[in-house]
Amino acid sequence: MNVTLKVWRQSAGEKGRFERYEARNCNPNMSFLEMLDEVNEDLTNSGKEPIVFEHDCREGICGCCSLVINGEPHGPEYRVASCQTYMRSFKDGDVITIEPFRSKAFPVIKDLLVNRGAFDRIIQAGGFISVSTGSAPDANSIPVPKVSADLSMDAAACIGCGACVAACKNGAAMLFVSAKAAHLNLLPQGLAEKDRRVLAMVGTMDAEGFGSCSNTYACEAACPKGITVDFIAKLNRDYALASVRTKLLGTDVAA
Amino acid sequence: MTLNGNVPSGPLANQWSEYIRHSKLVNPANKRKFEIIVVGTGLAGASAAATLAELGYKVKAYCYHDSPRRAHSVAAQGGINAAKNYQNDGDSVYRLFYDTIKGGDFRARESNVHRLAEVSVNIIDQCAAQGVPFAREYGGTLANRSFGGAQVSRTFYARGQTGQQLLLGAYQALSRQIGLGAVQMFTRHEMLDLIVVNGHAKGIVTRNLADGEIKAHTADAVVLATGGYGNCWNLSTYGRQSNATAAWRAYKKGAFFANPCYVQIHPTCIPRSGDYQSKLTLMSESLRNDGRVWVPKRKEDCGKNPNDIAEADRDYYLERKYPSFGNLAPRDISSRAAKEACDDGRGVGPGGRGVYLDFSEAIQRLGKHKVEERYGNLFDIYKEITGEDAYQVPMRIYPAIHYTMGGLWVDYSLMSNVPGLFVLGEANFSDHGANRLGASALMQGLSDGYFVIPNTINNYLATQKEKRPAADSDAAVRAANEVRDGVKKLLAIKGKRTVSDFHRELGNLMWEKCGMARDKEGLEYALREIPKLREAFWRDVNVTGEGEELNQALEKAGRVADFLELAELVCKDALHREESCGGHFRSEHQTDDGEALRHDDKFAYVAAWEFKGVGTEPDLHQEPLNYEEVKLATRSYK
Repeated sequence: MNVTLKVWRQSAGEKGRFERYEARNCNPNMSFLEMLDEVNEDLTNSGKEPIVFEHDCREGICGCCSLVINGEPHGPEYRVASCQTYMRSFKDGDVITIEPFRSKAFPVIKDLLVNRGAFDRIIQAGGFISVSTGSAPDANSIPVPKVSADLSMDAAACIGCGACVAACKNGAAMLFVSAKAAHLNLLPQGLAEKDRRVLAMVGTMDAEGFGSCSNTYACEAACPKGITVDFIAKLNRDYALASVRTKLLGTDVAA
Repeated sequence: MTLNGNVPSGPLANQWSEYIRHSKLVNPANKRKFEIIVVGTGLAGASAAATLAELGYKVKAYCYHDSPRRAHSVAAQGGINAAKNYQNDGDSVYRLFYDTIKGGDFRARESNVHRLAEVSVNIIDQCAAQGVPFAREYGGTLANRSFGGAQVSRTFYARGQTGQQLLLGAYQALSRQIGLGAVQMFTRHEMLDLIVVNGHAKGIVTRNLADGEIKAHTADAVVLATGGYGNCWNLSTYGRQSNATAAWRAYKKGAFFANPCYVQIHPTCIPRSGDYQSKLTLMSESLRNDGRVWVPKRKEDCGKNPNDIAEADRDYYLERKYPSFGNLAPRDISSRAAKEACDDGRGVGPGGRGVYLDFSEAIQRLGKHKVEERYGNLFDIYKEITGEDAYQVPMRIYPAIHYTMGGLWVDYSLMSNVPGLFVLGEANFSDHGANRLGASALMQGLSDGYFVIPNTINNYLATQKEKRPAADSDAAVRAANEVRDGVKKLLAIKGKRTVSDFHRELGNLMWEKCGMARDKEGLEYALREIPKLREAFWRDVNVTGEGEELNQALEKAGRVADFLELAELVCKDALHREESCGGHFRSEHQTDDGEALRHDDKFAYVAAWEFKGVGTEPDLHQEPLNYEEVKLATRSYK
């Protein structure tokens, strides 16, 4: 099959533009990124610069992928990352538009590759349990109900790709932040610093320039791991409680 | 030269506590005066960087991804071993130690493996405390499952994403230290050289992948945790970025490379479908708990719908050949058995390079719901890639390059022969011998990072005389300039062939001649071809773009250039090791029934190679493997 690509090209300090390329003789079993590899081989052989895009594991777990395909983060298939999209999802003759994840908080570095450092800074602010190596009790000394562990795992499955932000008209990062907060807050090990965690993470999220959540649920629809907006509801509740408790206690727990 | 592993004296079970008891401490006020560079922030690197920072050292950590959370440890599916004996099924530190030694075909250093088994229990405690959402029983205790090469259930897991969850635990611990200012994190930075001053490792040169800036960074010690070199074979289960460059450049600065021919080929991967293929996807070994591996007994049945092949016409070859371990035979053995079946003309799928992994019996026994609960995400991955529903038809699987047991040589303290250079995780050679058991890579990475390095690096720091050089010292400036010249050289060639083209050719050559089965003739052929290919690369490669910008073609070119040198060392090592052991199978050395035949009288040693120049014969150093606790035996899983 043959398809035409409209690809976003942008260098540092430059305004971007779309370029058209032809991808010929694609095998339907090829992954979308393998199709781009082939286009890049052709570009290189004709003396042009290959398209820059972020990728690594190519099995949907590292979260490097950050392509908007035909207007949808990670493309047309439900609950997969860009790298798990296969050419069998397209038809011969299709025109496919490829853009980077776009958001104020994710500036483009080059072509389809963006800077998602803001996500790391949110985790650095509070997305952890403060337990230094060596100070842990025996793993079975704190029982964790299976339902809590399972729900925590549902949230922890987030791969940090940022599709939720790219899909949101407000550029909100609530699905990402709520998933990490829920992962840790749902476990007994994470309770001790729950309030502190939530306030610090949400504070950093706001400072990084992410927008506000207006409950469109576009994030859940785009999420390759099926993280649900239920976690956003939980984050809102945890945040409200943490704010109240902090005021009552009169301490700045987020500091 | 004979190498010394610096193993503490005394009985095996006491060595680690003895080592700690006699190690030199650095007092808290002095710790903050020491700077430590950690390169790579996967399981081993992130856990090391976090732990060293917790102790009070000033840590600078580097990764080439945009975030430490993307390291390829993230892709490990099945689990992590630990000798907790929570199942009351007879497990113990000794048993985990013995299984690992035996699984490695008696080619690992006893003392290191025993230490690994000892600290395995602490790893689970640490990870549970960090909030790793391990699978649980209804009573709230941890669940276990069994894995290849063991007869106990000692594998802890978090669905099919154990590596991801353990990495996120280490990443979060690291993030906490970054937030506290104890770790300075450099993302999108690739190490391109090691700075050695008076024989000691004192820094690295990096290229900032976002803008191309090349810079020297100095420290009191350097820790490499940069993973394995499986992408030397091009198609593998590794991430596409995984590379050997950091380790290889350390080798070229004097660090010995040990046992490069020990490479793991994983039996359960999705077979390749075409030349365009960029990677092979692993199906977790845990599938072999309930899936049964078979091929048709008759060649003429290979094209048939597998569901139409009668039970009596199927050859469940692992169950037939290895009745006591059956489908859970270790990886090297299972891979080779699959290759034999396909070589025999009984392979299935495109090109006859595949075997069936069948769940119909498990679905009957447990119900589809239970199978879905255990392996649902893997069945989903399989469907995404192949378009086939494995609940209806058996999966097709075939072996692929998955892990490298070889790596930079380290002594018991995980320090290389270059003082001040420590190597952790897959990047070192130390714990898995000639074959790694499933669920042991995560264990080793975290053992090295959380528990070993914080107790050994102090011995070096407390006694070292060589001071940390300034970033503008002669040695640092010289090293950075050499890297700049190397980059310019690559960009100036402007030849006709792409980097990927060379990588593919190298990968095919390595897979054919230095893959699952090797022989003298094939290896000698490869050793003639690799230098030619390398020469062609430096004459005719086309690297587009500039050095002072984000340039993925340039990144890849540097890595492939290193693979083109490393491949030669792998083949040399494979040729010199005139025996079969673990993942290294020499066709000339097999028993009458086709099993690996070791020659302990000649090869019970670690082969550590010293760089003498590209294209020049490296020097071989031997570290004898003295087995005190375990008797060398022929590995049997029958």
